[in-house]
Amino acid sequence: MNDIPSQPLAIETRELIRLYGSVRAVNGVDLAVKKGEIYGFLGPNGAGKTTVIRMLVTLLAPTSGSIMVAGYDVVRHPDLVRSRIGVALQEAALDNKQTGRELLKLQGLLYGLGRRETDRRIDELSDLVDIGDAMKRMIGTYSGGMKRRLDLAAALIHHPEVLFLDEPTTGLDPISRSRIWEEVRKINASMGVTIFLTTQYLEEADALAERVGIINHGKLAVEGAPSELKRERGSDLIVARLDGDAALAAEALSGIPSVSSIETHGNEVTVSVGNGASVISAVALRLNEEGLTVEELTLRTPTLDDVFLHVTGVRFQGDGVSPEAAEEDETEAGSSRAQIREG
Amino acid sequence: MTTVAPERTVQGRKAGFHRDIVSMSLRAVRSAVRDPETTIPALVIPVFMYIMTVGALEDFAESIPGLDYRAFQLPVAVLFAVTGVSRATTVVMDIQSGYFDRLVMTPVNRLALLLGLMVADFVLVMALCIPVIIMGYIAGVQFVTGIQGILVFVLMAGTWGLMFTGFPYAIALKTGNAAAVNTSFLLFFPFLFMTTLFVPQEAMTGWLSAAADYNPVTYILAALRSLIYVGWDGQALRDGVIAIVAVGVVSIGMALAALRGRATRK
Repeated sequence: MNDIPSQPLAIETRELIRLYGSVRAVNGVDLAVKKGEIYGFLGPNGAGKTTVIRMLVTLLAPTSGSIMVAGYDVVRHPDLVRSRIGVALQEAALDNKQTGRELLKLQGLLYGLGRRETDRRIDELSDLVDIGDAMKRMIGTYSGGMKRRLDLAAALIHHPEVLFLDEPTTGLDPISRSRIWEEVRKINASMGVTIFLTTQYLEEADALAERVGIINHGKLAVEGAPSELKRERGSDLIVARLDGDAALAAEALSGIPSVSSIETHGNEVTVSVGNGASVISAVALRLNEEGLTVEELTLRTPTLDDVFLHVTGVRFQGDGVSPEAAEEDETEAGSSRAQIREG
Repeated sequence: MTTVAPERTVQGRKAGFHRDIVSMSLRAVRSAVRDPETTIPALVIPVFMYIMTVGALEDFAESIPGLDYRAFQLPVAVLFAVTGVSRATTVVMDIQSGYFDRLVMTPVNRLALLLGLMVADFVLVMALCIPVIIMGYIAGVQFVTGIQGILVFVLMAGTWGLMFTGFPYAIALKTGNAAAVNTSFLLFFPFLFMTTLFVPQEAMTGWLSAAADYNPVTYILAALRSLIYVGWDGQALRDGVIAIVAVGVVSIGMALAALRGRATRK
């Protein structure tokens, strides 16, 4: 193979397989991420996300299959790939005993940038990731959000074509998360950088990614634009939170015409319907007739969590986020969407 | 399949082996300066040992005709200062924090990741030699080989210190575990105690004398001592250099193998 990029995709894998002993951690993943795209890569814990990303960024060799990143074969030309990618892995990978500027300078020099070129890039990046005066301070004194932003700057020092972000906002407060989102959008829009993002926050993938892929049991189970995937669920959802038996409510609601499916989770019953607005009043009446106390009744479009549940059979559960919290997030997000629809 | 050129200028590229080593060693030197707690004991312990050993044994040892015990003990103090000083714990922290992965994901020459640290170690151990030699000078020790002898003395001791760092680096790179790195200190004892630490080999008897025969440090001490009170002894210097190289081949070989294991995709 020569050194000329052979195709216009930023990331392409074919029949990617990775074995750990007899365990198939990754089992034939085909990815095709276009240049300039933000791609969200999701999956339950142990599904193979981290293994895939570590293979894409040259840290792990595939057992079989091919990987092309930035136009180069990752197995045959790892150095050419490394020169063209930026990586911010889980947990900001920094050296607490250097200043922000020293760390970025070392990073620039290792990527072959000249000293003047590196200084110029550091000035540009300190504006972009909004670190400012803190660049002169020891990294050990930084807050979690500042470390993440510095990590992002370190990943961008050499103008990468493809940026890999592995759970870039895990553990951050909502304000820091939204700042990282802003920066990711800015990097993609202003620099045309392709971004491959894994996250444990579905709303993050929903907000940032043009397309998402969900990996389950080492295979890419579904892929598409978040809006398409949600639409493919094919229905509106009416969610009733009850002070009582959700199973009884499910039985009562099953007789309503045009109900596609009914699921119960704890004291919640979720009714899937074609047109929620035309059915919600019937649902409310039927629950009332059965003497069930409804604490909350919402109408919403399907969320990525519903897609995730459909594909994987489990609710989305990222590290450090309880299923309840994840469901709560989704319910809140869903409620606000329902309000917009109804408005 | 069509072939297209990249749409944007890519600035990332290999910096080159020498630049990589300079970049990595500057970082290691900065880190050493900011970590005085790792170097101060390396200075305090030999000074303490020198004062205690000379104070306790000088009169007894000088019953051996012609032995200047203060001069005899100075190379021991220097080896105590330079043996086991390394940035191996930094490697462990880098591995544990993920920073090592960040470095590996750059186009940096893999060898520079280790050699950069070792260059900094070399600078550090050479620097540690100087105050110990000054202490010896204050105690009245003179080098019969003069300034040139002092330079060769520092160079040999520094090179020994550098060669010994291969062991902690090998453990750090292999295990990524700080407690395991500390076990490399166990090597320090047989190397530095099963040798002519307190008395010349002629005065040693039994198994310890036999063990000293096989201990490379015996030959390094003999070479260093020769520079102080014998003169330019080609045989002693050659044996000392061979001993340093022999240990270096083993320790650096182990460290390079561990680096290969750590930095190569599995």
